Amino acid sequence: MKGYRRYFLNKLLWLLVTALFAFILNFTLPRLMPGDPVAAIVARLAQGMSNSTGMKAVYEQYAEQFGTNKPMITQFFLYVSNVFQGKFGASFSQFPRPVVDILKSSIWWTVSLQFPAIIVGWIIGNVLGVLAAYIRKGFDKVVMPVSLFISNLPAFGMAVILLVIFAVDLKWFPTSGGYGFDLIPEFSWRFIWSVIVHYQLPFWSIVLIAIGGQAIGMRSMSIYELNADYVKYARFLGIKDRKIVGYVFRNAMLPQITGLALAIGTMVGGALVAEIIFSYPGLGTTLLTAIQGQDYPLISAVTLIITVMVLLANFAIEIIYGLIDPRIKAAQTD
Amino acid sequence: MKHTLQQVFHSSKFVTGFCIFAAILLTVIIYPIFVPNPPLEIIAQGSFFPPGTYVSTYDTVFSSKAYTLNLPDAAAKRIAAKLGDKERQDIKDYLVLVGVPEAEIDTTNTIQLLSQWDKNYDPSKKISGMIFSKVRYYERLNKSLTGLLSEEGLILAAPNIDTGALEQIGTINLADYVNIKEVASVRTLPLGTDNFGRDVLTELVRATSVSLKIGLIAGLIATFIGLTLGLLGGYIGGTVDDVIMFITNLFTVIPSFVLLILISYSVGQEHRGPVMVATVIGFTSWVWTTRAVRSQVISLRNRDHVNLSKLSGHSLFHIITHDILPYIASYVVMALILQISSAILAEASLSVLGLGPKTSIDPTLGLMMNWAMIYQAQILGKWWAYFPVLIVIALITFSMNLMNTGLDQVFNPALRD
Repeated sequence: MKGYRRYFLNKLLWLLVTALFAFILNFTLPRLMPGDPVAAIVARLAQGMSNSTGMKAVYEQYAEQFGTNKPMITQFFLYVSNVFQGKFGASFSQFPRPVVDILKSSIWWTVSLQFPAIIVGWIIGNVLGVLAAYIRKGFDKVVMPVSLFISNLPAFGMAVILLVIFAVDLKWFPTSGGYGFDLIPEFSWRFIWSVIVHYQLPFWSIVLIAIGGQAIGMRSMSIYELNADYVKYARFLGIKDRKIVGYVFRNAMLPQITGLALAIGTMVGGALVAEIIFSYPGLGTTLLTAIQGQDYPLISAVTLIITVMVLLANFAIEIIYGLIDPRIKAAQTD
Repeated sequence: MKHTLQQVFHSSKFVTGFCIFAAILLTVIIYPIFVPNPPLEIIAQGSFFPPGTYVSTYDTVFSSKAYTLNLPDAAAKRIAAKLGDKERQDIKDYLVLVGVPEAEIDTTNTIQLLSQWDKNYDPSKKISGMIFSKVRYYERLNKSLTGLLSEEGLILAAPNIDTGALEQIGTINLADYVNIKEVASVRTLPLGTDNFGRDVLTELVRATSVSLKIGLIAGLIATFIGLTLGLLGGYIGGTVDDVIMFITNLFTVIPSFVLLILISYSVGQEHRGPVMVATVIGFTSWVWTTRAVRSQVISLRNRDHVNLSKLSGHSLFHIITHDILPYIASYVVMALILQISSAILAEASLSVLGLGPKTSIDPTLGLMMNWAMIYQAQILGKWWAYFPVLIVIALITFSMNLMNTGLDQVFNPALRD
């Protein structure tokens, strides 16, 4: 286990470094914005106020509250310590609701929508990819172009198409929201059923996009593997095809896991926009309202949360990969 | 070079992708020559006019020549346009509500149905349980049905300037026709108008060209950065490589979408033109090219011809351009194609979030999508406002990926069918 612990610690260190860097980016980028944000807020508040001493007092009060009168480095440490205490300040657009409160109500919708969808899409896509590589002929001729076309639609495009077909035309599913607008969140069958019904379209639009991309990657990976010497040897030995496909699947899978780790950021980004199309009450919709309302604290908090989520997902995949990949196991015995 | 091109154009996938892309490019170039209207000119009052040909009613009446055509199905068509299956059913529902026996109502018999309607419809009558919008709907329906079965034409009248009294100036008979070519003002809107009343097709063509430009600028920037960093890291190695790989790995895990949002927001609305958005996208998407180029260069670094070049005392620049670049040129082209298509997608996603280019001169595909979504075109069933945009986005990225797959198969023999 010693070797694995080193692998684990290595990845953990990397997680911390990237998280720190994400904090720095999240802190500095908006501060590069031309103009003084506090001055902008004060200007909005003090409209019609003619007393210049009064305006100065307002300005100083807000500068104190946001800490913009302190040096940059103090501001940064203040920011990090605030983040760890869950203090993101109050939202501008939904004042005086604290940002944490808004995030708390939306993050679970996003987590429970996106991660199952990405994983289901990844699994189905990989299975289809192997089958396409193995069967070739008819199946490949259908699956390849279709998945190529699907993976080229933006995630929000798929969302719009599903919405128009299944919600607007066929009226099988509701068009927007996370649950019926006439319900309050509670633990009742009616509410749970409503949530399940509202879940379907956003879920499948993310799954379909993920399937397309993964199937293509897995197909070319499997074609490489199918031409490998061990497959030919196994064929000479007369091992059943079904078993060989199993081996090929396992070997082609490993790069696909790394691929998932690398692609998860992009997938989450696309899925966030898909959420907007369905007005799903997750982080994507929160981000949209924040941008529309010029709500800087909320934007910064949402982007930070998304980054941390992606980093954690990445970390989890790497840890699982370390357990599965025989090469890392082999390194452990050294 | 010639041989490679020949090989590339033998790949059916590449050729298909290339043809689609060339068709899009040609449309973008040729269309504005024939339709020189400004793309964001507001021509319609009101939003989402459906696709079709619009003929000026005023000019139709006063067109120079009236033709009389005796078409047998004209009356039937006129009735069908006003009285579809749904309207007939609605009339039947109303008649049943006011007490006409259901057996007496025949929705297929137009004359009988209309006479029953005339006899029984009374706008002042209160029917219990009928919502207000339905009441208004029947008022409108009644108004549109007036004179539907009449055999006589309409009289045109204009007020006399002196007395103010209406005077007959002409008649329109049921069998009067005009030739569309003789009507002064006719405008065909193949894709209708959008929420602001602008011609969707003209806007779409312009948006496609702007989006392609954004893709090209972003792709070139990303490929240039990626190529430079990859070459430096891969060829020089050592500390330079370590630093470059550290930065690359960092930007691989931090989602570029988040960076895009933060930078676009920080740049501020006023400064966010198409070129700015393209630059931001380019500066956040070089990571993949760097990784690919670096691994290629590492495998080339110790080849004999590179070593020979080093022994001959060639400069670093000379070795990179003469001994390494030609070997990775195909990869770089493939990476550029992918970068362009993903930049177009990135712009679209950003714009849907409301962080796209802010401009009143140039539409982009993402902005058109954003406008359609804000005005709920998808819920209202105004497909012409968003569906063509999606199709164009999908076609551009699809054709580019096809070209890429085709190239991949030419340069990676293991993938060939």
